[in-house]
Amino acid sequence: MGEDDKRLFSMSGIKRNHSRFLDIVKGKIRSNLKDFVSQGEMHGRQGGETVSIPVPQIDLPRFTYGTRQRGGTGQGEGKPGDPVSGEESEDGDQAGQGEKAGSESGDHEIEVEVSLEELAEMLGQELELPRIEPKGSKDITSRAHKYTDIRPVGPQSLRHFKRTYREALKRQVASGIYNPKNPVIIPIKSDMRFRSWAESPRPQTNAVIIYMMDVSGSMGDEQKAIVRTTAFWIDTWLKHQYKGVNRRFIIHDAAAKEVDEDTFFKTRENGGTLISTAYKLALDILDKDYPVDDWNVYLFHFSDGDNWSNEDTKLCIDLMRERMLPMSNQFAYGQVESRYGSGQFFKDLAENFQEEEKLVTTRISGRDDIYSAIGRFFKAGR
Amino acid sequence: MSTARSLPQELIEWRDIIRKRAVEVGLDFFEVTFEMVDYIEMNELAALGGFPTRYPHWRFGMEFDKLSKSYAYGLSKIYEMVINTDPCYAYLLTSNALMDQKLVMAHVYGHSDFFKNNVYFAHTDRRMLDRMANHAVKVRRYQEQYGVDVVEEFVDCCLSLDNLLDPHAAAIKRDSVPGKKPADADTVKKIPTKSYLDKYINPVEYLDEQKRKIEANRVQEASFPARPQRDVLNFLLQNAPLENWQRECLQIVRDEALYYLPQGQTKIMNEGWASYWHAKIMTGGILNDSEIIDFADVHSGTMAVQPGGLNPYKLGIELFRDIEDRWNRGRFGREWEECNDITKKESWDTKAGKGLEKIFEVRKLYSDLTFIDEFLTEDFCRRNKMFSFGFNKRSQRYEIESLEFNKVKQQLLSQLTNFGQPVIEVVNANYKNRGELLLIHRFDGAELREDYAQKTLTNLQKLWHRPVSIETLVEGKTMRLSYDGTNFHEDDLQESLSPDSAAGPKQK
Repeated sequence: MGEDDKRLFSMSGIKRNHSRFLDIVKGKIRSNLKDFVSQGEMHGRQGGETVSIPVPQIDLPRFTYGTRQRGGTGQGEGKPGDPVSGEESEDGDQAGQGEKAGSESGDHEIEVEVSLEELAEMLGQELELPRIEPKGSKDITSRAHKYTDIRPVGPQSLRHFKRTYREALKRQVASGIYNPKNPVIIPIKSDMRFRSWAESPRPQTNAVIIYMMDVSGSMGDEQKAIVRTTAFWIDTWLKHQYKGVNRRFIIHDAAAKEVDEDTFFKTRENGGTLISTAYKLALDILDKDYPVDDWNVYLFHFSDGDNWSNEDTKLCIDLMRERMLPMSNQFAYGQVESRYGSGQFFKDLAENFQEEEKLVTTRISGRDDIYSAIGRFFKAGR
Repeated sequence: MSTARSLPQELIEWRDIIRKRAVEVGLDFFEVTFEMVDYIEMNELAALGGFPTRYPHWRFGMEFDKLSKSYAYGLSKIYEMVINTDPCYAYLLTSNALMDQKLVMAHVYGHSDFFKNNVYFAHTDRRMLDRMANHAVKVRRYQEQYGVDVVEEFVDCCLSLDNLLDPHAAAIKRDSVPGKKPADADTVKKIPTKSYLDKYINPVEYLDEQKRKIEANRVQEASFPARPQRDVLNFLLQNAPLENWQRECLQIVRDEALYYLPQGQTKIMNEGWASYWHAKIMTGGILNDSEIIDFADVHSGTMAVQPGGLNPYKLGIELFRDIEDRWNRGRFGREWEECNDITKKESWDTKAGKGLEKIFEVRKLYSDLTFIDEFLTEDFCRRNKMFSFGFNKRSQRYEIESLEFNKVKQQLLSQLTNFGQPVIEVVNANYKNRGELLLIHRFDGAELREDYAQKTLTNLQKLWHRPVSIETLVEGKTMRLSYDGTNFHEDDLQESLSPDSAAGPKQK
């Protein structure tokens, strides 16, 4: 008997069936993960720790009539040729009666809630991504507070009813005033118990992701959507790997500025492209807020690769070689190709950093490439 | 269900009052055991088709998922549920107000009366609760033995065929040993005569012909089910090469499908009957003044017809009331049918007073199909603004096709025929003399859904092991769809004029 089977047998009733159903659905998501990755539809649906993913309803096929083949009968106003509002509803269970649950319906989609954790897990399995070994900083700890403790003092709102009465019962039994025939328990002040917190030290591994994006004229909406989807999956994976993840966003054309997430994906500028400005700004942010020893640094840069001048490209390469690569876990450059073709920057990087392991470059020419791009980014497990 | 609670005192008192009223108005029901459940338990029970213990299967989980979500979003709420057993079990939602509970109880007594008396339910197992639990034990044991995936996959295949039933299966008595025949049936009988006359009385040519006939008969008997078999599941049970546990699973699926079948066959009547009686009982002294508005609200909600839809509750109750009214006023029989005088008909009242008697008879003897066939009148159709609709390919929408009585009735009857499922029969279990299985879809105006048909063939093949085929119409053409375990074939049978076998299949 497999592990999965054992888990199922330990459950009873509807829980088992439900869990089995969810397993099947998640299996479907897993086997179609590639499609879901490129869909990018999950952003709008993302809420907190879960995303809901629309999957086609699973159905038991039968020899049955095609829905359009069969007409139906209805009640209401109208003359021949009038449209029938809504589809045929065979059972009028709208009001909620009925001795049997509604039978299966057509080609509806069902929404399945999947936690980000699970999604990352699937992504990791499907792309065979190794777990990231966080660098250094193991001795850095934070304190976590959990309300698992009990104390004799505290605010009334945290009073632990059961424990209080148990204390009172103990006291009454001990002092002989407890009468089993008339079991009245009256707590006094010293019986009171309150919930309280316990502190636990927790090793913390933090990561900062700096997203940089070229917003010059040649990066169109489709390109931005691709970046957005890619960024979602990067977030999902890195959040799965680290306790705390900070994200910063930089947009650049001929000049760079830091923006919030919303602006990052919406801005459109018309200037030229000076990539070095973004790199400089990223370095400023890192220097100021994220001491290299304590943070795992991830740099992602998306551009169509049309840098303004060779001098600037040179400057970029110097910045990377001197500073960015040494201080980061990984530098990823994704060249998003637009209908204007793709630029030179990809080649420049490839020529200059042939042996550099920390640099990952990839071309993303369409949505379908997102899946493999993610795989490339994290293949090395850094 | 371990968590189910018994009724609080107040409801026990009301149950007794309502039960007493139900008996007084003439209902004859299985005793009803009411249990209080919260909405989670209600969804759980509903997902399991009303039974607390069923064999493990993911589709119950899917149903539960759907119901829970739809409840959470406020789209639907199950008020009550009742199952056909003796005693009947009915579940009341704890969060319902007293008036709702009273209404539900009255409604449930109606259902229970119907279960007990309607002939279509006569063959159902009233101890289904135990039987379902036994099924659960069996399937769970098989899963432990052979693995969850293996068993579930097989059950999926069985379920995929569970509408291929003969609605009258339970009432058909079959020969216990099929093909039993006299021992000498295979030998040619000679007419006894003197030996010198033998070659004239029993000429050699005749004897040879008889031999050939017997041989042909034998081949035919071996290669065909004697008659086309409508009960495909039963045929598979008896003839498919299944392992014991597989046969048991198939048997379980068929048993449960047969158990639920009458409910599909009497939806309109059953709901109409229960609604008729809840309305009658509730307004006959059970409601107090402060509840009447709430009652009207809930009742009308139940009876509401979505524009263009058809509500079985509404259609059922209206038909029962119409029948009662007609038989009360003597509007039936030859005299009424043959009267052409409209003014006379309008005021027709023989004071026959047979209404109540008639509806009790109807609830006993009819199913939805015969109920509609016999009692849906032109007048009723017009009063209730009924119409038939169909899908218009040009405008890509459903459109009203006709308000004409005959067409509407025809449409409704065809929807109810064979409990709304296509009629499919096994015609040849030794097709092409190669042990292949051939089914035929008795076309009645609507084509099968093709993608489903293919998937279902795949599942059928897993049971039969040899290639399987079905003859049906695809886009107006008679086709034979086949699956041999790896590939699909589609053969156009109209190209070859002899529809049976002769032409070799061409691969698609």
